[in-house]
Amino acid sequence: MKVLVPVKRVIDYNVKPRVKMDGTGVDLTNVKMSMNPFDEIAVEEAIRLKEKGKATEIVVVSVGPLKAQETLRTALAMGTDRAILIQTDETVEPLAVAKLLKAVAAEEQPGLVILGKQAIDDDSNQTGQMLAALMGRPQGTFASKVEVEGDSVTVTREVDGGLETVKLALPAIVTTDLRLNEPRYASLPNIMKAKSKPLATKAPADYGVDIAPRLETLKVSEPAKRQAGIKVADVDELVAKLKALGVAA
Amino acid sequence: MKTLVWVEHEGGALKDATLSTVTAAAKIGEVHLLVAGEGVGAVAEAAAKIAGVAKVHVADSAAYAHALPEAVAPLVVELMAGHDAFVAPATSHGKNIAPRVAALLDVMQVSDILSVEGDKTFTRPIYAGNAIATVKSNDAKLVVTVRTTGFEKAAAEGGSAAVEAVLASSMGEGSAFVGQEISKSERPELTSAKVIVSGGRALASAENFHSVIEPLADKLGAAVGASRAAVDAGYVPNDYQVGQTGKIVAPEVYMAIGISGAIQHLAGMKDSKTIIAINKDEDAPIFQVADIGLVGDLFQIVPELTGKL
Repeated sequence: MKVLVPVKRVIDYNVKPRVKMDGTGVDLTNVKMSMNPFDEIAVEEAIRLKEKGKATEIVVVSVGPLKAQETLRTALAMGTDRAILIQTDETVEPLAVAKLLKAVAAEEQPGLVILGKQAIDDDSNQTGQMLAALMGRPQGTFASKVEVEGDSVTVTREVDGGLETVKLALPAIVTTDLRLNEPRYASLPNIMKAKSKPLATKAPADYGVDIAPRLETLKVSEPAKRQAGIKVADVDELVAKLKALGVAA
Repeated sequence: MKTLVWVEHEGGALKDATLSTVTAAAKIGEVHLLVAGEGVGAVAEAAAKIAGVAKVHVADSAAYAHALPEAVAPLVVELMAGHDAFVAPATSHGKNIAPRVAALLDVMQVSDILSVEGDKTFTRPIYAGNAIATVKSNDAKLVVTVRTTGFEKAAAEGGSAAVEAVLASSMGEGSAFVGQEISKSERPELTSAKVIVSGGRALASAENFHSVIEPLADKLGAAVGASRAAVDAGYVPNDYQVGQTGKIVAPEVYMAIGISGAIQHLAGMKDSKTIIAINKDEDAPIFQVADIGLVGDLFQIVPELTGKL
């Protein structure tokens, strides 16, 4: 079974984003960029499936600028086999990404597509579900456990009240939550090896997908700032504050 | 404009998320509801009483029992022939179903709206809430998920909407419900609690979490939350997590105990009315958003506080 893993290059999760003065977006110049953390978990899960003998080949794909090559090389260094960059400098919305991925899936015929549940830049949480819809296949979102057995996959999902388990017929789409696994670091020899793994570069037009945005961003602004508060000296003062707030009798 | 609102319910009762979502939908257009599930007659009756609701569609079938998106999305898509906007709360059901509906309608969804700014225009948080985007949809139909803390709850009484049974012609397949482990608690639910007591990594063990955080929460009648670090370390289950990718909360009072305040955690609680932080590190980022801070050892402070309340 082939596994397809889409990955996105995003602002590093340790960096505090700054809104541009002109209100057009977030300033990404000279900002550290990394693989979206949920996508790293997706890559790791695919590699573990391969190590268990459930997956035969792992193809990673990214939609983004030329520099997304670095993100793909990271995935290759972790242990995936082959990469595809669908290169564009435009902002590509989840719906268009899902359409591109559907076209890639039609060529690659994966048994499983594993995606991060959301990207930490636009926080949309849409692409996996949209891909499942477009492919007409079942989805297991927010996965904390994935078990492939025969022609089905059993997915334990993190839901509002706790955990839910669903069994999906393959091919299926899975999106990862935080506790699915802890991604490995690529070793130096593997980073060197990854440089010679195949990386194909395509354009959105190669797949016949219109990536024109449907949403118009009118402005991007800073959230309302909280006023700096006060420090209390001891528990008695805190008790008095809680009483004043009406939460303690 | 006619909206179709996904009704969140559990155990035969409406959930608060539904009421906030109705308020958001009312700002977009006429409010119609969709109640999907098995044996949901009572839910539909309760839904019809929500103030401002014009119509309730009820899809009562075993196929919808667990709100599997493969079954529910085709139903919503059929109903969307007569509606202009699908509006769902950003709950795990809403986040699971809405994008599937959007893709089938060839619509780009607007996730997690904080406000309705006008004709097809909304604000939504991006970058873990470090920026707020104002976006306008240019699609013919709208698919929107709602950050429920951004909207007041609609009145649960006062309406008398007509109830109409519906059933989709196509069901979808390929997915089967196997089981669930739902956390049972006597405490209030995290997303609708007035007071939340949250613990972080500094609790250092599940035992400490239970013996330090929970007695304080019980004294205050509060819900219990946790940072990602505490959940990852196994102190508490996943559904306690507050943050960018966990639950988004905005209670009257949020107490962060032994939580340093990573931006991912702040994203989930910084709209709380009053934030109280207890941390031994006076430079912890949590103090930058806290209204009231107390620097010190939580293992001394919290039991003392619980005792004095």
